[in-house]
Amino acid sequence: MADIAEAELRNLLLHRSVEAFLFDEADLLDRRRYKEWLDLLTDDIRYWMPLRRNLRHDQMQNEFTREGHDMAWFDEGKPLLAKRVQQIQTGIHWAEEPKSRSSHLVTNVRIVGQTATEAGTEVDVQSKFVLHRSRNDVETDTIMGQRNDRLRSIDGQWRISRREVRIDQATLLAKNLTLFF
Amino acid sequence: MDIRSLVDLEQGTISRELFVNEELFKREMEQIFSRAWLCVGHEDMIQKPDDYIVSRMGGDSVILTRDRQGAIQVLLNTCMHRGMKLCRYDQGNTRAFTCPYHGWSYSTDGRLVEIPGELVGVPGFKDYYREKLDKKAWGLVRCPNVINYRGLIWANWDPQAPSFQEYIGDFSHYLNAALDHRDGREGGSEMIGGIQKWRVPCNWKFVSENFIGDMYHDISHRSVDLVGIGPGGKGRRDASRTRTTVSFDALGHGAIGELPYHQEADYVSAYKLFPEVEAYYRSVFEARVKNLGDRMRVNHSVGTIFPAMSFHGRQPRTVAMVHPIGPTETEIWRIFLVDRDSPQVVKDANRHYYMSYSGPGGLTESDDLENWTYATEASRGPIARRFAYNYQMGLGTGRAVPGLRGATENGEYSEGNARAFYKRWREFMEARSWDELMEASRATMKESVHG
Repeated sequence: MADIAEAELRNLLLHRSVEAFLFDEADLLDRRRYKEWLDLLTDDIRYWMPLRRNLRHDQMQNEFTREGHDMAWFDEGKPLLAKRVQQIQTGIHWAEEPKSRSSHLVTNVRIVGQTATEAGTEVDVQSKFVLHRSRNDVETDTIMGQRNDRLRSIDGQWRISRREVRIDQATLLAKNLTLFF
Repeated sequence: MDIRSLVDLEQGTISRELFVNEELFKREMEQIFSRAWLCVGHEDMIQKPDDYIVSRMGGDSVILTRDRQGAIQVLLNTCMHRGMKLCRYDQGNTRAFTCPYHGWSYSTDGRLVEIPGELVGVPGFKDYYREKLDKKAWGLVRCPNVINYRGLIWANWDPQAPSFQEYIGDFSHYLNAALDHRDGREGGSEMIGGIQKWRVPCNWKFVSENFIGDMYHDISHRSVDLVGIGPGGKGRRDASRTRTTVSFDALGHGAIGELPYHQEADYVSAYKLFPEVEAYYRSVFEARVKNLGDRMRVNHSVGTIFPAMSFHGRQPRTVAMVHPIGPTETEIWRIFLVDRDSPQVVKDANRHYYMSYSGPGGLTESDDLENWTYATEASRGPIARRFAYNYQMGLGTGRAVPGLRGATENGEYSEGNARAFYKRWREFMEARSWDELMEASRATMKESVHG
C-alpha cells in the first residue's frame, strides 16, 4: 500500500515539475525573454513543425509531411533558433518590430514516456497549446495544436531536447510565423 | 473604371485602387485569371495514374490529376448538378470523383469515357430521370489548355490562348534556369514533398512585383543580412555575380539576373559551410561547363511570369503559386526544388536552407509578408486611395538585350520590371484580343537572334 502511494506521489511530483517547467517556459516567451528561453533548449534540440494535409480516411498515414525528407514549417536546431532570436533583437526585423504580443496557453499535459539515457533522464511529454498573437493594432492570429516534447533532466533542471509542433491548420491562417511555439 | 488612367506608364505612377478595389478585383478574375497561363502544380504531385491534387486557378478550385492513360487533366472542382465542391481532399489517388451531395460521379479513365471528367454515375438514372439526362453534356468542366513544362504544370481556361511557349517567349531562358539541372541538363529538378500553403491579407500583385525585379527592397532584409543565414556563412545567400533586371515588356515577365552569356565565369563557391554540398556544386559546375559548351544561357535569383507565378532560381530554389482570394487576401503556395539525382546530403542542406529563407517562417520572407500586408492595409483609406504609387525609378533608361528577343535591361536598381508588369496588367484589363495582346511580342520573335 505504502509502495503504491509512494509511486503515485513520485508520478505526481514528476508531472508537477514538468508542468511547472512548461508554464515557466511559456512565460519567458510571452515576456519576450528569448535569450533565457534559448537556455532552456539543449544544444542538440530538434525543433520540427511539419505541414499537415487534409486527406481521405484511408490515407491518413500521409497526414503530416515526413521528418527528415519533406518540407515543414520549421525543421531546425539551436543555431537557427538563436539566429531568429538575434534577428528579433536587431530592432529592424519588421515582422516583429513593433513586437507582437503573445499568450502561450499550455494545457492537457501528459507524460507518455520516460527513459534513462547517458545524457540523463528523459521524459516524453504531450501537451496542447494555444498561441495567440496580437500585433500592431488589430491583427490577430490564433494557432492551436499539439506539442510532443522530449525533456532531459540536466543537473536537476529540465531542458528541451526535442519539440515537435503539430498545428491544426493545413492552410496556415497566419501571414507569417515569427514567434516560437 | 477607366483602366488607362490607373496605370500611367509615362509618368511612372500607378493608382492604389489596383491594390484594394473590389470591382477591379472582379475584373482581374475575368480578364486576367480566366485568360492567362497559370501555374497549378508540379508533376511530382501526381506521379502515378489516378493521383490528384486540388489546386486553384484564380477564384476557382480545380482538380489536377493524371488519368489512367498518363495524361494530365485539370477539371473544375464543382459538381455540375448542384455545385458541391466535388473533391474536398488536398491530394489522393482515385479513378472516380463522387459527389457527396447527390452521388453524381465523374471519371477520367479513357477506357470508360470519351472526355476526361465525363459523368459516369447518376443515382436513379433509370428510375428518377427515366434515362432522360444527357450524361455526356453534364461532365465536369475541363480546362482546355494544360501543359507540363519541365515539371511545372500550367493551365489556361481560354481556348483562344496562345501556346505556353509563345506566352513566355524568350523569358523561357530564365524559367529554364530555375527548372533545369545545375549541370545544365533540361528539366532534372524535383520537388521536395509538401506544399507550404498560407493566407496573407495583401493584394496578390505585391508578390508578383516583389519577385519580378525589386532590388530596391533589399534594405528591408537588413536584419537577415546582419544575422547571416547564407550557406556560405554570411548574408542571405552566397554572393552572386553582376546582376541586373531584365523585363519582357510585351509579355509582362521579368527577372533579376544576368544577361545572356556563353561561357561560365569562374566557379562561385556555394554552401561553403557544408563541404560535401560544396563538393557537389563544384562537380556539377564542371559538368555544366562541358554540357553547355558555348551555348547561350542566363542565371538569375528571382523572377515572375505574368500574372501570378514567381520563382527563385538559385538560392533558394522555389516556386510560388500565388492565388488571389480577394482584393486584400491572397493564398500563397510555395514548393521547393532540388536536382533530382543529387545526393541526399545535398537535398537535406537545401531543404533546411530553403525553410530558413522562404515561407511564413523564413527569416527573409517573413518580413516581406509584413510589408505586403501593411502596404495593402494603408492603401485602403479614402484619402490614401487618391494618391498613386511611385514607379519612376529608372524611367526611360531601358536598353534592348542582345540575344534575347523582346528583352529590356533596366539596370540593377530600377522599377522597369514592375512597369512592364503593370503595362501587361493594363493590356489584359482592357480586354484586348489575343491578336492585340501578342502583336508586339510576335513582332520581336520574328527577329533573328544575335549576340
